[in-house]
Amino acid sequence: MTANPRTFILPVASALLIATATQVPAAGSEADFKTAYAMAEAANSQAGALRNQWTATAAALAAAKKAADNGDFDQAVAASREAEALARASIFQATSEKTLWKNLEIR
Amino acid sequence: MPSTIRVRATSNGDTTEVQALIQHPMDSGFVKDAGGAIIPPHFIQQVTFEHDGKNVFVADWGAAVSKDPYLKFSFKGGNKGDDLKISWLDNKGATDNTTAKIQ
Amino acid sequence: MRPAIHLAPAVVALTILALAAPTSVALHAAAAAETVDPVADATAFRNYFTGKFPGLKLEDFVNGPYSMNADMRRQWQEIEQFPPYEFSLEMGKEMFAKPFKNGKGYADCLPNRGIGIRQNYPYFDGNEGKVVTLELALNRCREANGEAPFSYVKDEMAALTAYMAFTSRGKPFDIKIPDDPRALAAYQNGKRYFYTRRGQLNFSCASCHVQEPGERIRAEILAPALGILNAMPIYRSEWGGMGTVSRRFTTCNIQTRGVPLDPQDDDYRDLEYYLSYVSNGLPISGPGARP
Repeated sequence: MTANPRTFILPVASALLIATATQVPAAGSEADFKTAYAMAEAANSQAGALRNQWTATAAALAAAKKAADNGDFDQAVAASREAEALARASIFQATSEKTLWKNLEIR
Repeated sequence: MPSTIRVRATSNGDTTEVQALIQHPMDSGFVKDAGGAIIPPHFIQQVTFEHDGKNVFVADWGAAVSKDPYLKFSFKGGNKGDDLKISWLDNKGATDNTTAKIQ
Repeated sequence: MRPAIHLAPAVVALTILALAAPTSVALHAAAAAETVDPVADATAFRNYFTGKFPGLKLEDFVNGPYSMNADMRRQWQEIEQFPPYEFSLEMGKEMFAKPFKNGKGYADCLPNRGIGIRQNYPYFDGNEGKVVTLELALNRCREANGEAPFSYVKDEMAALTAYMAFTSRGKPFDIKIPDDPRALAAYQNGKRYFYTRRGQLNFSCASCHVQEPGERIRAEILAPALGILNAMPIYRSEWGGMGTVSRRFTTCNIQTRGVPLDPQDDDYRDLEYYLSYVSNGLPISGPGARP
């Protein structure tokens, strides 16, 4: 009766993420920020519907808003994109865990 | 108002062992509240244990002592039935004291 | 421990991953219509921990980290002579005895006048179709008698549940799962929650309390999941105060960098139901003290 070892899904996911993150310029106008922020918020809402939001996402969203308030839209766009990525990772986690939790179950 | 001091002192004829638990916030003055404002320092500065007219234990405390401090010590002497007086004084000038019988 | 997810300022690459089917092998791929067998679960759960710690008696597991580390145990036994939860316990006793404004009291809402009943909670309420925890029952009693409910994560609820746990000290957990598909579903949901990874740090409750009991996470020794609720509520030195089950669940979520659910959310109630059930037979030791 042992707990089964977890597979390496999320570490693989993050490795791929870091490897493939293309150097899209984060420079932005207020409009760019608004778009990026809206996308991040939408993703975070989706995560919320799955009851799996991360505090890191909330922190990134707050940082984005703060940067925008200070007029630093480059930073605001960058933070919004990070928030969106974090939100998507949390969605991925929630969806995959729907089946993967059983791997940890004591039987 | 109930005492902030719980104390138990037991004597084996030779030595008396004392344990005390004191209810006090012991705010260091370095912690911020939910709104971001510093919680002002509020801590016990001196605790005194007196037996038979003599101070058997005196502690000078500062901000590093945690909330609801517990202490334990022993002293030579003290017999069952003797009084042990405990008092504390904090940085705001508040005090409390209690007297317990050694068991 | 499994690695956390660290993300560089990221791009759409993530969506590609999100869309890709998980390639993990579910070694025990659950059949869709799986039968839930709590009795078998509880036996397996117990055997897992007693097998991992053969030197411990079953009732020792309720002492959490103190059964895992001799030095901590020695310090704890000294502290227990004059426990830090004493103030909270006394306050709880007074609160329990004090009548509501309408003259009634907690004793009027609860079985056996509220004394020595903690080991029966949570229970599955057939009328409501949901799990009812002790904290929930206490607040419902208050509201039914015109009193404002207490916060689930603050001192008053902690003091009240401390007193109620104290009156049940030594009694074994006696959680029942009635022959009702909704009760089984609640139990299974609690189990699911327990093993599901969450938060940016990607931990499930099981990551720490099943896979690593007795080991350290930073400076703390991890408690085994078996008997982990028996000492609740606990005075935690880390908190500098008393905390309820609700407080522990929400702070655990935050510690793994997941946004917590509301205290007494259905998932938390089900989680408490599951964890209490698999610890049936182990004695209530609350209120407790922990580092």
